[in-house]
Amino acid sequence: MDWNSLLLMRYELGLLALILLLVIFEIFSGKKQKGSLINFSILLFAIFTAIGFIPLEEGSIFGGMFRTNDMLHFFKGTLNVGVLILLLQSADWLKDKVVDQNKSTEFIVLLFSSLLGMYFMISAGDFLMFYIGLELATLPVAALVAYETLKRDSAEAGVKYILSSALASGTAIFGISLLYATTGTIYFDAFADVISISNLSILGLVFFISGLGFKISLVPFHFWTADVYEGAPIPVASYLSVISKGAAVIILLIIMFTVMRPLMPVWNKIFYMVIIATMAIGNLFALRQKNMKRFLAFSSIAQAGFILLGFMSVDTLGVTTIIYFVAIYIFSNLGAFGVVQSISNATGRESMDDYKGLYRTNPKLSLIMMLALFSLAGIPPLAGFFGKFFLYAAAASKGYYFLVFIGVVMATISLYYYLLVVKKMFLAKNDETSIPYFESRPLMKIGLIIASIGILVVGLYSPLYDYIYNISSSFLNL
Amino acid sequence: MDFSYTVYILLIPLALFLILGLGSKKIKPAISGWLGSLGLGIAFILSYYTAFQYFTNGKVNEVYQTFVYKYTWINFTDQLHIDMGVLIDPISVMMLVVVSTISFMVHLYSRGYMKGDDGYTRFFAFLGLFSFSMFGLVLATNIFQMYIFWELVGVSSFLLIGYYYTKPSAVSAAKKAFIVTRFADLGFLLGILLLSYFTGTFDFQILNDPEGAIITQGVAQSFMGLSVITWALMLIFIGGAGKSAMFPLHIWLPDAMEGPTPVSALIHAATMVVAGVYLVARMFPLFYFTDDGFALQLVAYVGGFSSLFAAIIALTQYDIKRVLAFSTMSQIGYMMLALGVSKYEGHEGLGYMASMFHLFTHAMFKALLFLAAGSVIHAIHSNDMRDMGNLKKYMPITHVVFLIAALSISGFPGFAGFFSKDEILAAAFENNMLLYIIGVFVAGLTAFYMFRLYFNIFWGKQTKYDHAPHESPASMTIPMIFLAFMSTFAGYIHFSEYITADRMPFEAHFNVTLAIVASTVGLIGIILAYIFYKKPTNLADKMVAAFGSFYQWTYRKFYIDEIYLFVTKKIIFARMAAPMAWFDKNVVDASMIGIGNSTVKTSEKIKGIQSGKFQDYAMAFIGGAVVIAIIVFYIWTK
Repeated sequence: MDWNSLLLMRYELGLLALILLLVIFEIFSGKKQKGSLINFSILLFAIFTAIGFIPLEEGSIFGGMFRTNDMLHFFKGTLNVGVLILLLQSADWLKDKVVDQNKSTEFIVLLFSSLLGMYFMISAGDFLMFYIGLELATLPVAALVAYETLKRDSAEAGVKYILSSALASGTAIFGISLLYATTGTIYFDAFADVISISNLSILGLVFFISGLGFKISLVPFHFWTADVYEGAPIPVASYLSVISKGAAVIILLIIMFTVMRPLMPVWNKIFYMVIIATMAIGNLFALRQKNMKRFLAFSSIAQAGFILLGFMSVDTLGVTTIIYFVAIYIFSNLGAFGVVQSISNATGRESMDDYKGLYRTNPKLSLIMMLALFSLAGIPPLAGFFGKFFLYAAAASKGYYFLVFIGVVMATISLYYYLLVVKKMFLAKNDETSIPYFESRPLMKIGLIIASIGILVVGLYSPLYDYIYNISSSFLNL
Repeated sequence: MDFSYTVYILLIPLALFLILGLGSKKIKPAISGWLGSLGLGIAFILSYYTAFQYFTNGKVNEVYQTFVYKYTWINFTDQLHIDMGVLIDPISVMMLVVVSTISFMVHLYSRGYMKGDDGYTRFFAFLGLFSFSMFGLVLATNIFQMYIFWELVGVSSFLLIGYYYTKPSAVSAAKKAFIVTRFADLGFLLGILLLSYFTGTFDFQILNDPEGAIITQGVAQSFMGLSVITWALMLIFIGGAGKSAMFPLHIWLPDAMEGPTPVSALIHAATMVVAGVYLVARMFPLFYFTDDGFALQLVAYVGGFSSLFAAIIALTQYDIKRVLAFSTMSQIGYMMLALGVSKYEGHEGLGYMASMFHLFTHAMFKALLFLAAGSVIHAIHSNDMRDMGNLKKYMPITHVVFLIAALSISGFPGFAGFFSKDEILAAAFENNMLLYIIGVFVAGLTAFYMFRLYFNIFWGKQTKYDHAPHESPASMTIPMIFLAFMSTFAGYIHFSEYITADRMPFEAHFNVTLAIVASTVGLIGIILAYIFYKKPTNLADKMVAAFGSFYQWTYRKFYIDEIYLFVTKKIIFARMAAPMAWFDKNVVDASMIGIGNSTVKTSEKIKGIQSGKFQDYAMAFIGGAVVIAIIVFYIWTK
């Protein structure tokens, strides 16, 4: 074996080393050093993220079980940036709010383990690797959801999450086994050559998609979301609805556009139904949320419906628009979650009513929030608008006008609830019950600034779109 | 010629917004007012300079050229790309003049009007944002860029209308305006998607080229007997109708009067509300040549109906800003009507020219009316005309400028409105008799309700005021005097030499007969208003009271006049206006609210599904997967 080829697993090995390093430090550090250990791990991860952007060769190892190319490389880099922002935003919470100080590094270790699982899913070359990655990405999150064990909500959410995810994994592996039965192979390359549309493969496909649909919280596989988001701590809710969902969309993209491409006529029909249901239900739930955390979580369900519009167009345009939107989605949502987190850290308040007059007390936070919400709502010239427009265009280019029409109507409805928050912040008058002025901590500031820059740059700096377009066209020839 | 410097007209207000918006806590109010006015003053001078340069040197072989400065921003697909840049042609130059004039005047005026207001700097920051968006909309080189700025205009007007956040009505009005226009923009967006997909371009120049493939050959696809382009144009027009408050998407405009009055003058008189007219004018060749102008017919009739509908409602309103709001809707209907009846070449393109002409003059006198109304509101702290009367004694300057504006909008001979309205009526007369008659009738109604307003405010009963009203400060009167000057003399510009559908100057003939008809109708309106409202008589009420003893009245001296009075008061006021207002409130408004309410209700109903029990969720999960599988099987086996 050529040891150099292990370099292809740079991300995975690097992250693994990081995790082990943290566990060792954790053991040997005293109680007082925990705070600086968090800072240290964030620093390490930032370096790791930066290194990740160095170009890497394409190739596959372990007999095709693990593969990597520019596109997968880009995915991992994007996820890293997202996780980095998330870490920066949750550092203060970890230091101050987590009751049991001994657990703070545990949070980071679990988070990284889940990320490692996603890497493996992204780079998987067969269903076995894929499934292992799926489990690795899911199980640590269950522990994270139940992180505040002393809170009843958090514990309950943890149990619900682990049960739901077990159900979803079970369904997925059932689907995989049916697909295996029709093709006799678990290797993606061979699989794509022999798979054809039959009753058995359709059934397998439906179950497989439901398993992944759980992670993206597509309707009707979304029921766990409300309770879990409710109970989970904000950073975990943010992780679930931004990073985990973004990664799942990307993985769905990889599998559907390459491995399952021969089954395209079937899964197009499945997505057609799921898109409409997801956008509608997500919107309707988001409409009546009064708690910011739940509000953002539900709006992200509706967003997932929009992302799927890109799946209707199986060509370079479709791939480009999906990836582009996922990048926008990650930055915009992290911007919004970051503000919620920052306010919750300082005052412990999460209700939408508390945000009234925020512009007058904390103008900078409210501006970031507005930027993020307008981007999510798709108001030009922010990134979210282009993302949505391109998704519509992708679906329209394949003649799905009705779907586009529903999408545009849904986007307009969603504007209503995003605007509710903006209205509260900018047009409502502040009074004694409003959030008073406070200064965010440095790490939080950096996290918010990166997210805001991300929203602006992804939207306004067009070479990024060109880059994604280029790697997409080579990706489809895979 | 190089016009690339026009990009600074765009960037100055943006810079103002950033400076004032980010430094709102540190910059002193007085400085922010001056800074804003100075910035817009520079934009104002640059715009006039551009207009001068363009209209003197912009012609090659008697045809006005288009100057485009752009760069490719995003290569969307191999064929389709999005550009950003500025486009200089006759209508964009004219709009530059309009927007910069009104915006500059409103900046100057607001320094006095908003004085002492909480959040003064924030107000100027939002004004800067609005001006930036509006300039961007006007200068857009392609429909996508226009849409971006179109939405930005919506956002900034949302912030400006809701400026008085302490008033719940203002906040809800802001939201209503934003959401109604957003719903209309939904049509715009779908239209852009359709258009770009079938033509492969966003670019105005390519789309509008009369010799280009899109116009000469069209596209192969059609739907229900009409070309896909016509459908796209109609969808785009929905967006335009929303911003321009055309029936039935006008419901946000009267409510938007909750915003500060200078904002109404800027947004709801002269700039944002005419964006729809500008949009149709911008794409006029495409509208005209596709399917023999089918979409253009729609524009004409929507415009004609809206203008009549709004004029009738304006008769019965007491809130002076609402009268002006409906009047704006009516006048924009006029512009749409003129575009709709226009043809393309030479003198046949009279309607196009007339529409742009009226847009120009209307911007001046309507902004003036709003500013003068603001001056009155500023003095007596009420919007209700019943609280006013005899103000000419206290506010001589406001009185004179208001009178000039009212004469102008009523089409009184010699004033700006007279010339532009006359061209519109002439264009309608040549092409569509029904719309001509509507136009003349609306002209009469306009004169009547404007002078009803005028007499009620400045003449009429001697109202007792708590403290004597006084004339507004110079910062407010000077902009009004400038606009009064424009409202008087703007009509003497020979628009047909500058702005025509085919870019070639033509000689506009002044049709004396039509001018006499229109002026007479206008005069009748003024005279009726004079009789009704000049002195504190109860003539109008008497007419109503006298309904029982109608015969006795017929022997009286003012036989004819009183018939008119009777008709207006009893038939138009009671029989027409009230049902129209009812229809407006209960059908148009209610259906919009209904859609909103039912969405919220549905969201309440589905709450029960989310029970919190994991068993239910597992059931739904597996059940959902099975149902999807069954549906797919069903589709597949069929």
